[in-house]
Amino acid sequence: MLRPYSLYVTMFWQQVVNAIWLGSVYSLFALGYTLVFGVLGILNLAHPSLYMWGAFIGLVCVNTFNMPIWLALPIAMFLSGLLGILLDRLAFKPLRARNAPHLATLISSIGASIVLINTAQGVFSAQVSRFPFDAFPIMVFNFGPVSVTLLQLTILGISIAIMVFLRWLIMSTRLGRAMRAVAFNRVTAARLGIPVDKVIMQTFFIAGALAGAAGVLLGLAFNSISPFMGGPMNLKGLTVIVLGGLGNIEGAVVGGFILAFSEVMSVAYLSSDLRDAVSFILLFIILLIAPNGLLGRSSVKRA
Amino acid sequence: MNIFTEFWVTYGSVVQFVLINMLLGISIYFTLYTGLLSLANAGFMAIGAYVSAVLTVHAGMSFPISLLVGASSAAFIGWLLGLPVLRLRDVYLAIATLGFGEIVRIVAVNFDKFTGLSLIGGAQGLAGIPKLTTPASLLFTLVLLSFFLVQFHRSRVGRALAAIRRDESVASTMGIDVANYKLLAFVLGAFVAGLAGGFSAHLTRFVGPNDFTFSAAVNILAFVVLGGTLHWTGALIGAAILTILPEALRFMGEYRGVVNGIILVLVILYLPHGLVNPKWFRRVFRKKETRHA
Repeated sequence: MLRPYSLYVTMFWQQVVNAIWLGSVYSLFALGYTLVFGVLGILNLAHPSLYMWGAFIGLVCVNTFNMPIWLALPIAMFLSGLLGILLDRLAFKPLRARNAPHLATLISSIGASIVLINTAQGVFSAQVSRFPFDAFPIMVFNFGPVSVTLLQLTILGISIAIMVFLRWLIMSTRLGRAMRAVAFNRVTAARLGIPVDKVIMQTFFIAGALAGAAGVLLGLAFNSISPFMGGPMNLKGLTVIVLGGLGNIEGAVVGGFILAFSEVMSVAYLSSDLRDAVSFILLFIILLIAPNGLLGRSSVKRA
Repeated sequence: MNIFTEFWVTYGSVVQFVLINMLLGISIYFTLYTGLLSLANAGFMAIGAYVSAVLTVHAGMSFPISLLVGASSAAFIGWLLGLPVLRLRDVYLAIATLGFGEIVRIVAVNFDKFTGLSLIGGAQGLAGIPKLTTPASLLFTLVLLSFFLVQFHRSRVGRALAAIRRDESVASTMGIDVANYKLLAFVLGAFVAGLAGGFSAHLTRFVGPNDFTFSAAVNILAFVVLGGTLHWTGALIGAAILTILPEALRFMGEYRGVVNGIILVLVILYLPHGLVNPKWFRRVFRKKETRHA
């Protein structure tokens, strides 16, 4: 089929718009993932389960308690943050006290994610749940030939706001300085009077809240929430944080957009079968060529 | 006799699954024993299952040969994958191997579409595989493997792998070719996982692309985490417990899976070496053995 050239141009810009908002959510999800790795050196494979719980909490707020979505989002973030703290206390803290190897924390996080997923399956059933259609006003803006929904714009706005806030938090506040010190060297930080345990708790709270925000926003965007929604997201999240370098905050943002662009473009111009394959091909290439990521070493540590 | 047949009618399939999972436990034991956390074994199992099933269904090959060809293909892919991937360390290796399982799934779903053949049934999977797995064949394979493992630990190779787990740089200073020995452990694990895949395909009479995802990989890992890596029987005991437990916990319904997760966390927190610890054997048998010195 032959299409006029201008149609291709329009299609391209539409894809760019799609990639930008999708990338912002990928980044949001990956930020918490990479933050925990940067501060604690833990690959928390239960992070996607927090994301899933965040989506469900948001759903319960809207469906059962009839809350508006702008109230459900902060509540979901707060509760998944608390869930993050609980996760740390039960699954990671005892191992930290013992100075257990990487392998042990990795396995412990896998166990925790099994518990979280199966509990969700018991509480919310394994079926796909949805937000009501009027949970968010349906509005479409047309910028020339490219159309954007209000939901996409809101998601993009919220994600960017959260990212800017996180950047400010880590770079310019007392807590951020403490987090960077703990990331650099936990023992020295403790010697210097930094309340390491409290800082770790706060880190897990922030990571959980970020996961919860991503859960609610992506749950709204795709409108399908199930106990297993964390699985595909997990692999995407891993690709994003490896792309940016494990523990690298800016890297996670960059990685999220790179992944979203390559996914959206390969679906649009190659084949939709490739959609899932893209992230793994990217993951493999990066792991083999530059395992420290595109931006090099951990920025939580470096800063 | 009557009681036995009754037992077998009810629990025969569970027993066979226990045996298959023991094979899977051994497959991941090889890599963990070398200190590598690989989550690729579900993918290798899928390769073994698909290849052997295609050979018996479409090519009419005899079961032992298709099993061996399936396992060898898994080992070959393991070799290809291991060459680049084994340069990565702990967390990175786990991530890369986790991605591999997903690649196998994507290839399985799209294989027929891209090649234009109708071999493995895409997303629907391949059904109607003849039921050729027998308890005897499983038991025979397991005994053979156990014998191999006992010899393996006393061998030059076994000791080299243990040395690599203990300290890679020291091992290489002592003249152990770390890269090649790691690759060997990886390939051995892939072979055994492929074998288990072949057996499983010819037991359940079905292979589907979604049977070998992340959760399958995690289950296999859980066998050895529970049993422990200090002794090879840990993999067997862990596999047996985690296969029987869900059957025993049927009354818990939806929450059944929670127990698996809780066990995994508790074992890692409070029994970091797993259930089977050779020290206890020594205490029981009052024998001085230094197999795992």
